Amino acid sequence: MDRIPILKLGDTLLVTVQVDMHDQLAVRLLDDLTNMISKIRARGVLIDISALDMVDSFIGRMIGDIAATSRILDAQAVVVGMQPAVAITLVELGMSLPGVRTALDVDQGMELLRESRDP
Amino acid sequence: MSPAIPDPNRPPIRVEIAANEDVVVVRQRAREQSQRAGFSLLETTKLVTAASELARNTLEHGGGGSAEIEVVTDGIRRGIRMTFVDEGPGIPDLEAALRDGFTTGGGLGLGLGGSRRLVSEFHIESTVGRGTRVQVIRWK
Amino acid sequence: MATSTHRILQVLQNSQVQLLADWVKALRSSGTSRTSSAISDPELQAQCQEFIALFAGAIAAGNLDDLDAAAWKPALELLAGVSRSRGRQGFSPSETAMFVLSFKEPLVAHLRRSFEGKDESGLFAEFWELSKLIDRLALYTTEIHQTAREEVIRRQGEEMLELSTPVIQLWDGILALPIIGTLDSSRTQVVMEALLQQVVATRSPIAILDITGVPTVDTLTAQHLLKTVAATRLMGAECIISGIRPQIAQTIVHLGVELTGVITKASLADAFRIALEKLGHKIGTGARS
Repeated sequence: MDRIPILKLGDTLLVTVQVDMHDQLAVRLLDDLTNMISKIRARGVLIDISALDMVDSFIGRMIGDIAATSRILDAQAVVVGMQPAVAITLVELGMSLPGVRTALDVDQGMELLRESRDP
Repeated sequence: MSPAIPDPNRPPIRVEIAANEDVVVVRQRAREQSQRAGFSLLETTKLVTAASELARNTLEHGGGGSAEIEVVTDGIRRGIRMTFVDEGPGIPDLEAALRDGFTTGGGLGLGLGGSRRLVSEFHIESTVGRGTRVQVIRWK
Repeated sequence: MATSTHRILQVLQNSQVQLLADWVKALRSSGTSRTSSAISDPELQAQCQEFIALFAGAIAAGNLDDLDAAAWKPALELLAGVSRSRGRQGFSPSETAMFVLSFKEPLVAHLRRSFEGKDESGLFAEFWELSKLIDRLALYTTEIHQTAREEVIRRQGEEMLELSTPVIQLWDGILALPIIGTLDSSRTQVVMEALLQQVVATRSPIAILDITGVPTVDTLTAQHLLKTVAATRLMGAECIISGIRPQIAQTIVHLGVELTGVITKASLADAFRIALEKLGHKIGTGARS
C-alpha cells in the first residue's frame, strides 16, 4: 500500500507531497498524520506542496481537514509552497481555505511555527 | 457549444475510469494534451483541475465510466475538449447540482459548479437511472 | 499509385537544376518588393534547393496523400521554418503560401514535357495528384505562418502590459505593484499572474497593491483584486491594498464586495510602514552624519 512519508523533526512533523495524489492516498495521509500527531504529541505540522502542480477540490478539502484536525489535537499546521497557477485555480474553484495557515516555503513555514509557539 | 472540429492529426485519448488511480491517469493525459496544444501553465492547471473534478464525479457518483480527451479547433482557435460519460444513477436536479456547495449524496459540492468556471464551454446531460454525460471545452 | 510517384520522381531527379532555376525565377517575379529586400538570392536559392531535395525524398517513399507519414516530416519541418521566418518578417499569408505554390508551375511544365511523345493518358491523373499535394503543402505553410504571427502579437501585447505595470521590490520581502489606469479583466489577470510569479521568485511575504492611479473599479475588477488577494494568501504571502480613493471605496461597498480580512491603507507609504512592521523592522532615527 503506498503512503506519503512523514518525517519527524523534534516535535514537528514534516510532509513533502511529491506525487500526483489519488483520493485514497490523500485520505491515508490525513489518517497517518492524525495518528502520528497523537503518538508523538506533535506541536507543529508542515506540509510542503511545492511539487504539486494541481490541487482540486478534494485535495483542497483534505488540506483543510488536516489543518482542522491538527488544531483539535493542539498542533499548528502550515501549508507551504503552493504554486501560483495552483493558487489561482483553487480560488477560481471557490476554495480559499480560510482555516489553513500558509507560508511561502519551508524556511518561512518553520519560522511561522516557531513564532506561534513562543510569541 | 461552438462548432468544434477534432484535429485529424491528433487522435482522441480515451481513459477508462474504474478506480481512484484512473483519476490520476485522466489528469496526466489532460496535462499532456494541453501542453502539446501549447496552452500556458495557468491554462493547463485549470484544465487538469477541471478534468480531475469531472473524472472523480464520474467515478464516485457515476460508478465508473470513461473520459475522452481531444484537441479541437473552431477554425481559428485551438482548444481541448473533454467528455465524461457514465451509466450511473444520473442527476435529478441539474440546476441545483451546478450551484456551488450543493452535494448529491455524500459527493463533493464543488465539483460541477467549480469546474464550470475553469473551462470556456460546459455542457451536461443527465437522465435519472440512465447516466450522465459532461462535455467541456477550453479554448486557448 | 506506384507509376505516378515514379514519373514525378523521375522529373525531380533528372531536371533538378532546371527546376530550381525556374522556381526561383517564378518566386522573384511573383514576389513583392518585400521579398527582394527581405530575402537574399543565395538564401532563397538555398531554401528552394533544400525543399526540392526533401520533397523528392518524401515522394520516393511513395506517399502523395498522407502528410502525416514520417517521410514527409523533414519537408514539413523545412516549410515550417520558412513560414515562421516569413511570418516574423511581416509577410502576408499569401506571400508565404506563394513559396510553395510557385513551385507548381515549373513542376507541371517539366512533368508535361516528360510525357511528350509518350502515352499522355496518365498525364491528367498525375497532374491532379501533384496539384492536390502542392495545395496541401501551401495550406500547411499558411497555418504555420498564422501561428507565428499570433505568437508575435501575443508576445508584444504581454511586453506592453508588463512595461505598464512593473513589480517593484520596495524592500527585502516587500513587493509593490502600482497600478495605473483602468483595470480591464484581461489586463488584471495578466498583471496579477506577474505579481504572483514575482512573489515566488523573490520569496516576498508581502505584496502591496497600490491602486491610487485607478480611477474606477467595477464588480469584475473588484472580484479580480480579491481573487488575487486570496491566491496570494494561499501561496503563503500577504496582500495589502493601498490608495483606495473615496469613490472606489463607495463603489466597493455599493457593489456588495466583501473586503473582510484584507488590509487596506490610504497611501502606499502607510502600507509600506505596516509591511515593515509585520516583518519585524523598526524605523528609527539615527544620528545624522
